[in-house]
Amino acid sequence: MRLEKCWFCSSTIYPGHGIQFVRNDAKIFRFCRSKCHKNFKMKRNPRKLKWTKAYRRLHGKDMTQDSTFELERKRNRPERYDRNVTESTLKAIKKIDKIRVAREARHHAMRMKGKKAIEQQAAAKELEQSIHLVKAPAALQEDPSLTLPKMKIKVSQSQMEDRMEE
Amino acid sequence: MVQYNFKKITVVPSGKDFIDIVLSRTQRQTPTVVHKGYAISRLRKFYMRKVKFTQQNFHEKLSAIIDEFPRLDDVHPFYGDLLHVLYNKDHYKLALGQVNTARNLIGKIAKDYVKLLKYGDSLYRCKCLKVAALGRMCTVIKRIGPSLAYLEQIRQHMARLPSIDPNTRTILICGYPNVGKSSFINKITRADVDVQPYAFTTKSLFVGHTDYKYLRYQVIDTPGILDRPFEDRNIIEMCSITALAHLRAAVLFFLDISGSCGYSIAQQAALFNSIKSLFMNKPLLIVCNKIDLQPLEGLPEDDMKLVMDMKAEAIKTVIAQGGEPNDEGALLTMSALTDDGVIAVKNAACERLLNQRVEIKMKSKKINDCLNRFHVAVPKPRDTKERLPCIPQPVLEARAKANAEKEKRKLEKELENENGGAGVYSANLRKHYILADDEWKEDIMPEILDGHNVYDFVDPDILQRLEELEGEEGLRLEAEVEEDDFEMDGKDLTPEEQEALAEIRRKKSLLIQEHRMKKSTAESRPIVPRKFDKDSKFTSARMGRQLSSLGLDPTAAISRSRSVSRRGRKRERSLGREDGDAMDVDDEQSSKKLRTRSRSRSKSRPPGEVTPGEGFKDSAQKLKALKIAKKSVRNRNKAARRGEADRVIPNLKPKHLFSGKRSIGKTSRR
Repeated sequence: MRLEKCWFCSSTIYPGHGIQFVRNDAKIFRFCRSKCHKNFKMKRNPRKLKWTKAYRRLHGKDMTQDSTFELERKRNRPERYDRNVTESTLKAIKKIDKIRVAREARHHAMRMKGKKAIEQQAAAKELEQSIHLVKAPAALQEDPSLTLPKMKIKVSQSQMEDRMEE
Repeated sequence: MVQYNFKKITVVPSGKDFIDIVLSRTQRQTPTVVHKGYAISRLRKFYMRKVKFTQQNFHEKLSAIIDEFPRLDDVHPFYGDLLHVLYNKDHYKLALGQVNTARNLIGKIAKDYVKLLKYGDSLYRCKCLKVAALGRMCTVIKRIGPSLAYLEQIRQHMARLPSIDPNTRTILICGYPNVGKSSFINKITRADVDVQPYAFTTKSLFVGHTDYKYLRYQVIDTPGILDRPFEDRNIIEMCSITALAHLRAAVLFFLDISGSCGYSIAQQAALFNSIKSLFMNKPLLIVCNKIDLQPLEGLPEDDMKLVMDMKAEAIKTVIAQGGEPNDEGALLTMSALTDDGVIAVKNAACERLLNQRVEIKMKSKKINDCLNRFHVAVPKPRDTKERLPCIPQPVLEARAKANAEKEKRKLEKELENENGGAGVYSANLRKHYILADDEWKEDIMPEILDGHNVYDFVDPDILQRLEELEGEEGLRLEAEVEEDDFEMDGKDLTPEEQEALAEIRRKKSLLIQEHRMKKSTAESRPIVPRKFDKDSKFTSARMGRQLSSLGLDPTAAISRSRSVSRRGRKRERSLGREDGDAMDVDDEQSSKKLRTRSRSRSKSRPPGEVTPGEGFKDSAQKLKALKIAKKSVRNRNKAARRGEADRVIPNLKPKHLFSGKRSIGKTSRR
């Protein structure tokens, strides 16, 4: 039993799922679900569909080259069973997974790095340009800071006097 | 060389059918239209063609029949005799002879009539000649009708004859009826001959094929033979006699020792003696069948003697063949029911036949030609030193050990049978695994872990690579920690600015929402001028609130708007007063205008006046009624909605326009 990769979206295909298509030139295409299968039949290019891994890798959204990928490679030569090797392999798989996940997170962070500055700039610009929606130009002339205008509440004279008297 | 396969003979049609076929062919394949106005030569040619065409067809078909049926003298004497036995040679020849004469007669008829047609002088005469010619040909065929039927029957029967090759290796099985010949052939070949308890179950020859030493052997099962003088035999028995007589085969004479076939051994022995002559030059085997019912040793004395006599005969043939006077080859016992000795019999028969054939071939002249082409090269010995094959001692020991082990070793099959059979026991395939440590044999290794294939990661130096990886990771983490110290302190907005930004965004989204709603309802919403705002969105109080939220002082704006809205009404009244004090000329004109307008209006009835016949009590009631009417209509008008006077289509899809066929015209547009 092997976990395969979907040809279209590159997700893992668990046993009992999906469809396998063998073409006349003996190339095998495996699909994880009918969505991928139907897209394939429509001759869509997975590199152009945003939700596929092929697109993400091509456009640099996901990590492409890494040493963790080289550890997971389909080896065609069968190895004789060795309990110690198996044990260490199983433990190693977990560690490699952790490292790979951490690296992907780092990649993502690198990608998002400049976002904050851009957001701040955009916010400042919007504030400057659209302040007229919340503060009339006349009020802006009096108080040039880009904040909400202060509401002037009329307090009745008599109350003021009463208070002053008291 | 004819393949003795009579299935390829074409069907012989009956007399009537024959005539029909040929005549319809003539009608279809020759021109049919002729008029008496044609040139005489054309007419003659037309009819001559028909006569000749018919004759040719008859000739072809009759020739086919004559050629395809085998000539009894030309085929192998076995088939000749067999066909004679089955169909009577004379009748057969007669039938074919009749067909031949018919053919010649038709040829003659055609020739005569063509000669006559050459001198036919009118269409009618030519036509009559043609009719006569064709008629006579058909009569000839009608007369040989019975012969054709007979030939057809023969053909059908011949097609079902077994295809026996008289020249290949053959084993013949003969004996009394019901001794077990068919059972034997069923056992050694794939033939499926009927086996029944009554005599003469097998009524004709049956062929099966079996293999021995990579060669194919024909096994022929014959019907049982009874002990009778030659002349009294019936057709079925004659078949087997023929086979015995003509086929060069190994003969297995079957004996039923138990007597359950209904005939005693004495009778069977008598039969044997009477057909002894047929066994000349053929390897003979006596086979005692049904030993499960009666073993050979338990036979009474005289029966035993008869059997021994037969055996002696058989041995004679062996000697004649050139083999040693071997007991075993001559008399064999078997039981077709229990499969006891069946294979031994077959092997013995095949072996004997093979030897005989080989010997004959060696003696014949042809072999010399073959031998001339062979040359076995024998290397000349260098010296007289003997050189034995050199087998190393350990190999010999291993061989001996292997043999011993093979006998001692317990097979997997035995193990399976012990533990409950095929369905219950499943073999432990891991028993023979070769691993570094035998304790690991029963280990189950996981194939999948956390969405990965474990086999993809298995690597003898995986630990080392993992360590390298972790080292890399450690370095990277350190580098990251250093980087994190460079934090960008950007220009953050103050909280008030953030508030303002939030408010801006809120307002923008509100505008967008409103716009979207307006856009979607634009088609069904009437466009009403602002003075008819039914939701009272455009009040001055509201304007005041909005302006103050923007930071402006609204009072001036509100007061100005009020004065403007009221101005209209106030102006009306003040116009009348003020203008009267001002300029006279203008005043007079303007007041005149006013008066003329009121004058014209005063001629008509005032609005509240009740005329008799209207149904109102008094003018107050009428005024009230008018007021109610206006009120009921006011809101609808202000919202610019559809009223009673506006056009209404009661039925948007009337049935008579959208269904049904039209008496004229198309209904492609509805």
